[in-house]
Amino acid sequence: MMKHTLSVVVENKPGVLTRVTSLFARRGFNIDSLAVGTTEDPTMSRITIVCSAADTPIEQITKQVYKLINVIKVQDLDPIDSVERELVLFKINAAPERRHEIIEIANVFRAKIVDVGRNSVTIEATGATDKIDAMEDLFRAYGIKEMARTGKIALSRGREG
Amino acid sequence: MTEQMNGAQALVRSLEAEGVDVLFGYPGGVALPIFDALYDSKQIRSVLPRHEQGAVHMADGYARATGRCGVALVTSGPGASNTITGIANAYMDSIPMVVFTAQVATAVIGTDAFQEIDITGITVPITKHNYLVKDAKELPEIIKEAFHIATTGRPGPVLVDVPVDISKAEIDFDYPEIVNLPGYKPTFRGHGKQVKQAVTLIKEANKPLLYVGGGVIASEGSKELKELAELMQIPVVTTMMGKGSFPEDHHLWIGMPGMHGAKYTNYAITETDLLIAVGVRFDDRVTGKLATFANKAKIIHVDVDPAEIGKNKEADVPIVGDAKNVLAGMVAELRKTGAEPITQGWVALVDRWRKQFPLHYSPEEGALHPQYVVQRVSELTADRETIIATEVGQNQMWACQFYTLRHPRSWISSGGLGTMGFGLPAAIGAQAGRPDALVIDIAGDGSIQMNSQEFATAAINGFPVKVIILNNGYLGMVRQWQELFYGRRYSSSVLPQDCPDFVKLAEAYGCLGLRVTDPSELDAALKKAFDHDGPAIVDCRVVGEECVYPMVAPGASIDEMLGGIPGCPVSEMLDDGTLEEVWE
Repeated sequence: MMKHTLSVVVENKPGVLTRVTSLFARRGFNIDSLAVGTTEDPTMSRITIVCSAADTPIEQITKQVYKLINVIKVQDLDPIDSVERELVLFKINAAPERRHEIIEIANVFRAKIVDVGRNSVTIEATGATDKIDAMEDLFRAYGIKEMARTGKIALSRGREG
Repeated sequence: MTEQMNGAQALVRSLEAEGVDVLFGYPGGVALPIFDALYDSKQIRSVLPRHEQGAVHMADGYARATGRCGVALVTSGPGASNTITGIANAYMDSIPMVVFTAQVATAVIGTDAFQEIDITGITVPITKHNYLVKDAKELPEIIKEAFHIATTGRPGPVLVDVPVDISKAEIDFDYPEIVNLPGYKPTFRGHGKQVKQAVTLIKEANKPLLYVGGGVIASEGSKELKELAELMQIPVVTTMMGKGSFPEDHHLWIGMPGMHGAKYTNYAITETDLLIAVGVRFDDRVTGKLATFANKAKIIHVDVDPAEIGKNKEADVPIVGDAKNVLAGMVAELRKTGAEPITQGWVALVDRWRKQFPLHYSPEEGALHPQYVVQRVSELTADRETIIATEVGQNQMWACQFYTLRHPRSWISSGGLGTMGFGLPAAIGAQAGRPDALVIDIAGDGSIQMNSQEFATAAINGFPVKVIILNNGYLGMVRQWQELFYGRRYSSSVLPQDCPDFVKLAEAYGCLGLRVTDPSELDAALKKAFDHDGPAIVDCRVVGEECVYPMVAPGASIDEMLGGIPGCPVSEMLDDGTLEEVWE
């Protein structure tokens, strides 16, 4: 089972997200992450879906999604040929004497400190999913109080420069 | 030219613009403005069923019999939820239909108002598309889109939910000429290169087989199918949904495949070296065990829905396109390149199987067998324009096996969903669309009771449908599975043969009711029913514990069949060399 990133351009209308996600549930596909926002054209939205599936089922779900009337375009993005980013907020346990270590880790990952409390630090980071996973792993040692991830967004790379 | 009117009137005018001549509608609170507008229409006949499920099946039967889009109209809440089985049935069988549901006012949507139900939410998985109208000005455009989506590409049901304030709102009506659907562009023409590739395989195949289904009916491709089959002498199997697309008295027709297909049909699929699949979806009732289905064959798969290609079985030559268009393309290419058929040996082999393993049953003296009833219905209607509807279960399978169909759109049967209670309302819908045809519902005593309230619709509206009940006192197919796989423990499958008394039931509705208990009475009763100018029920008290054979057990390979003429799977026959001579 491979992770696939599907980039789905849909008409920006009420109920379209439900049509797409319920199709995944109905056909027995799990969604690992999902991110939605408008595109350069305000009448269109882009849904970026990460899901795990073998190649044949992913082709089937891609075709089924494409059949939805409100869906304009579906791409199964090739990880080598696309740019992928995710944003995360970590609120980490940080007693004053350990704050420094945490900030140092954040700097290594080029993450930003966005809030400091008496016993916590909140860090914002963006990057590819494996970088976020690596940070999460390191911060676990300090105790993550709360975490929010946006889910991956992605675009295919510009071939013509 | 715009004209001022309310939403309900605009809805009716839109239907008129779409050429709707009949709709099946059941009124209720929030649907009243629409029914009021409908009262003035000179073009549209509104048929009142006795249950909303009946309305949708009628629209479905109408669509199957005519090729036009069926239309149903119901109120909100329970009216809407009662349509669900009918919509799901049409969705599974790709039937063009637009269902209008009235809805509570937009201001109270989401408040659990009286008779409110989220019907667009509920029907997302069973409609091709659906709409909740939120602005009356958009109503004509939405209806235009709904009909376009329902009838093009792979057809299917579309639902339009119309809140009561939208029906009452005043708008400037102007019916659009074109639709603007950037996300909906179904492929009609098969890819030229793919068609050529398919033709190359067809020319080289020694044992080709056409496996065709509902897509040929939907695309009106029967003529092109016959041309291709005759040109290259390719035997044809038609799925249950494809029945009627190829004449069943033609020497190249070799039956319906699958669970209750004839042995020769399933043997042909097992032995073919080129399966030309057109407008079919490799349904489990056809394929049995997928791994062994047509596993000696290359596969050409033609379907208008790209998602069907490769879904269950990998295709060597996938062709996305309309069945009629692609078949015509194949015929043209074959003619251009001057192809000659090379299938004499194959056709002879299939003929030999047909003679060796015919569909059969063992008649007992004086016993009324359901297969005999269907056979006589077939023979007595051979020279009349006849439409056969069925219920679901044994009655349906015997109708498949023993009725000889000759024309497309003469077969109306619930395929994918397998909906008991479909046949009677569907027959009524078919009769509404084809008033001159003799419309017969071959029914079981179980199924007919699921929508028997529609006898009133038939009687009152003058739809002279004939219902032939194969009354065996059981839920026959359930009983058959219990006999074969559950040690004859007939749990909840026994129905008293005389309750209800179907003759009295017929009479209660003002229909003709006849009973047949002995084979000698059958012809007279059938003729009387067919010649009667109103609806009729013939209660045939048939042998109780008859099974539909042959049968492929669930999960088995289709050449391993129970019952029927004794024979063994083709692979074994070939192994012992008995069929070698055919090739010499």
